[in-house]
Amino acid sequence: MNLSILVLILPFLTFVGLAFFGKRLSGITAGIIGSISTGIISLIAAFIAFNYWVMSDGKSTMILFNFPWLTFNEHLAINMGLLLDSLSIMMVAVVTFVSFMVHLYSIEYLKGEERYGSYFAYLSLFTFSMLGLVLSVNIFQIYVFWELVGVSSFLLIGFYYQRPSAVAAAKKAFIVTRFADLGFLVGILILSFEAKTLDIPMLIERLSSPDTLTSGNIKMHMVGGLSVISIAMFLIFIGGAGKSAMFPLHIWLPDAMEGPTPVSALIHAATMVVAGVYLVARLFPVYFVLTPEVLHIISWVGIISALLAALIACTQTDIKRVLAYSTISQIGYMMFSLGITAYSHGETLGYTASLFHLFTHAFFKALLFLAAGVIIHAVHSNEVAQMGGLRKSLPTTHIAFLLATLAISGIPPLSGFFSKEAILTATHHANPVIFWLAVIGSSLTTFYMFRLYYLIFWNKPAEHHRHHEHALFSIPLIILTLGTLLNGFIPFGQFISVGLEKVQISFELGMAAVPVGGSLLAILLATLWYAKSTSYPDKFVSLLKNFYRWTYRKFYFDELYQFVTHKIIFNLIGRPIAWFDRNIVDGTMNAMAWGSMYFSQAIKRIQSGNVQSYTMYFLGGVIILLSILLYAYGYNLIN
Amino acid sequence: MDFTLLRFEWVLIGIIVVLLVGKLTDIDKKPYFIPLINLLLVVNILLGFVPMPHGEAFGNFFRTNSLIAFEKNILNIALLLISVMGNEWLKKTTVQAEHYILLLTSMLGIFLMLSSTHILPFYLGLEMSTIPLAALANFEMSSQKSSEAGIKLILSSAFSTAIMLFGISLLYGVSGSLYFNDLANAMQSQPLHLAAFIFFISGVFFKMSVVPFHLWTADVYEGAPTAVTNYLASISKAAIVFVLFNVLFKIFGHLQEGWTLIVSLLAILSMTIGNLFALRQENIKRLLAFSSISQVGYILVAYIGFSPHSLGAVFYFIIVYLLSNITAFGVVSIVESTTGRVTLDAYKGLYHRFPTYALFMAIALFSLAGIPPTAGFFGKLFLLTAGIQPMYYWVLVVAAINLILSLYNYLRIVRIMFIENGENRIESISTNRLILVTMATCVLLILAFSFFPQVYQWGIAWYGFVR
Repeated sequence: MNLSILVLILPFLTFVGLAFFGKRLSGITAGIIGSISTGIISLIAAFIAFNYWVMSDGKSTMILFNFPWLTFNEHLAINMGLLLDSLSIMMVAVVTFVSFMVHLYSIEYLKGEERYGSYFAYLSLFTFSMLGLVLSVNIFQIYVFWELVGVSSFLLIGFYYQRPSAVAAAKKAFIVTRFADLGFLVGILILSFEAKTLDIPMLIERLSSPDTLTSGNIKMHMVGGLSVISIAMFLIFIGGAGKSAMFPLHIWLPDAMEGPTPVSALIHAATMVVAGVYLVARLFPVYFVLTPEVLHIISWVGIISALLAALIACTQTDIKRVLAYSTISQIGYMMFSLGITAYSHGETLGYTASLFHLFTHAFFKALLFLAAGVIIHAVHSNEVAQMGGLRKSLPTTHIAFLLATLAISGIPPLSGFFSKEAILTATHHANPVIFWLAVIGSSLTTFYMFRLYYLIFWNKPAEHHRHHEHALFSIPLIILTLGTLLNGFIPFGQFISVGLEKVQISFELGMAAVPVGGSLLAILLATLWYAKSTSYPDKFVSLLKNFYRWTYRKFYFDELYQFVTHKIIFNLIGRPIAWFDRNIVDGTMNAMAWGSMYFSQAIKRIQSGNVQSYTMYFLGGVIILLSILLYAYGYNLIN
Repeated sequence: MDFTLLRFEWVLIGIIVVLLVGKLTDIDKKPYFIPLINLLLVVNILLGFVPMPHGEAFGNFFRTNSLIAFEKNILNIALLLISVMGNEWLKKTTVQAEHYILLLTSMLGIFLMLSSTHILPFYLGLEMSTIPLAALANFEMSSQKSSEAGIKLILSSAFSTAIMLFGISLLYGVSGSLYFNDLANAMQSQPLHLAAFIFFISGVFFKMSVVPFHLWTADVYEGAPTAVTNYLASISKAAIVFVLFNVLFKIFGHLQEGWTLIVSLLAILSMTIGNLFALRQENIKRLLAFSSISQVGYILVAYIGFSPHSLGAVFYFIIVYLLSNITAFGVVSIVESTTGRVTLDAYKGLYHRFPTYALFMAIALFSLAGIPPTAGFFGKLFLLTAGIQPMYYWVLVVAAINLILSLYNYLRIVRIMFIENGENRIESISTNRLILVTMATCVLLILAFSFFPQVYQWGIAWYGFVR
């Protein structure tokens, strides 16, 4: 198990090496080095997972290399180390695997790029940060890696820094997620004061053991009718919602497609956006036992994001944008699946289902993005209008894309069916309203995914000109397709569950019929409308004119934020202040300078008359402060 | 009396005497002057680390202990860094020896102030550290702005001194003694005591450029030569931050409830106003001036906690702040001395022309903004955690919002350097090896300091020396 440290060290060394010497490497050497390093760590991860689940009982929690980083006092210390349990091992396996696929794919995809070496350096940094995040033993350590994930995604999204849109997207992602991280940080601080520890296993033990509420070990401070711990856990969820692009902090993700396409695959499938789900899952026992009210919020945020993003995806015409909204929607499923456990009277199937979906989603979403990359590479455009009829010219990509589309639509027996069905089963037991909304969302997913599929591969007469599908494109696609086909049969409930007892994911035929039926209808509709170029979509659009426009403009969220940040913050605060600085401060100064010039020739040239007003402010400040202080001590100033 | 207690001061006086005598032979016209002065400052640092006894001197006016020695060592190192960063600018002036004589005199004042246990040497030290700065700010003889800066500093400083002296006389009036110990025991929450506190502390806050006593800052920073601005923004500020522990925790310890309120108000004002005014500055020195005002606001937050953690957090932060600020001003100084420009548009596309400097600047700014993994992040984090105090959570909320707001300011410079490829970009820049190496060291320390939170624990361990 001590091998596990290599999982962190290798990508870090690769990053350092490529960052310093990447420029000197010729051709695709940097890509090969990066891929070999990631390949090795994904083998190690597989080995660790095998050891954990097959060679031992798969229930133990191991803490390795735990060293104190900073000791505040005897109660509160920050330790850094590696935490190995079922959740983190599963995440490590997924992250390393998807990262390996993306590395392989990028060797060819980025070939000839000027900053080829830096690209692979950033990719290694990204992988390193995400692995550090999932292996952290301490919430504070999670936070540090969490920020590193933010920094490396900033570098990757803004990789084409010559394009203003890429720079804007990188900045947007950074600032939006950092805003959310602030909630996370404040949450951690509050938690450390209430629970007197930041160590994850100890935190969970202290805050979620059955006698937590009765023993009096943890005092529940109340603020405004809410316990302080609830507030802290909610703030931590805000951090997760920012990284996971949950409504209303989702605005950065669709723009993040400005980065190279393989990076989108990595961000959307295994790193960054699933970090929020991981965070909630990591602290799940605390949420479940102590703050179920936060789980209620999480479930509603999740379902709203899932539905809203699915609606927006139906109208987008940029292939990567559609996929980006589909990610928001699917992450929404994972989130509400965690959330609805609060409604289900002690049943935790939602937890397992959520992580199952995270697992299967990683494969088919990476597949969809990598396939989209091949298509964009061939067509040189992101717009679906430029595509169509590609089924013969990109045969491998076509099959892979179709299977991934079927998987995300939840059609049996692909992997997406099993995980989505698990979520829906758990939801059905817990909250019927969310269940029906989720079924609608699932049908919408099928519709927009098939719309996309038809618009890319059908819709026009097939092109017979065969595009070259490079082996380094096809191999990751084929491997991921296999995963998409087979992952559903993994008895996931035996591996990941809350606590020690295993969960049986069972299917009821009646339950499965509803969403699958909905999806089949959606496929039918999409086939009728989009398989050939028809006028139905336009008619439908004109029928729903305003609603369509709202959806197409993504419900004007970007405009809203623009308005708040630019108009309000800059114009209402920044401008007046600048004006105040220029005209009032400088103006008074100048006026006074002019006045004093009149009286005194001596300081005429330096115009430092404004010092008088400085002293006035100074004296005014002293007097006001004194008044406040006297008032605070209860001296009456009037009499 | 043990004169070795004053070793830090003796060494400075020694260097000053060397320079004074050297000036008679026009030492500063010689080509070896700059290497010589750098060497002398290195010796100054090394002698500072020789172990020395603890104790009091001059009838308890002066004391030294490991806390004070540590503070002086930090400032000595910062002085060397600033001096090296200013080398390029210095070559162009004709009165280099005077520059250092004034700088070291100011430093001597700071040391005196740090070691004082009585208001009189404290006051003398404070003045001694400020008056040479007015002359230094005026050092660009041909520039009107520089003269303006000098005059503004001396005039507003004289005013603040008057207010402070009034406070001191009230302090003497209520206690009959000016020893810190006696003052601490005499403080009560009577109106006269409170007035004495406010008048005295406003003088201290003036030097630290806390809002609303900050108005001189932007003008002086802008007008003074960048090497001097660097000293003002770094060393002079750090010294007051150290001394503030004696003032708040020791002298006014009994008025803790009162000053917590005042300090939290001023912290909020400084952070917010500093950041808001920085938003639209086009002059990088003015921008950094406002940024330093907001940084002081964050530092003040740590004092609210009134615990050993405050000292640890401030220690850690101030080291990171010194490194980042000195690096940032160092780059400004380099750009200014080659192009003569201090406006932001001089930095357009700096990365494409001179990636090393742009990278150093970016890391320094990231650290000032508190973005991990730079040590600035941990510094800010420690400051805010040290400031946690029931009833004062709202200060932390404001501080956190300000951290986000400040991102705009710092990332704006980074964006200009990396993205925009301006028309009137810089064509050439000095490549002084020594400056580059010094900056690289600072930047490496900014990154590596994240792994040395031990300074925080030293601060906690030395808390006894403050109270």
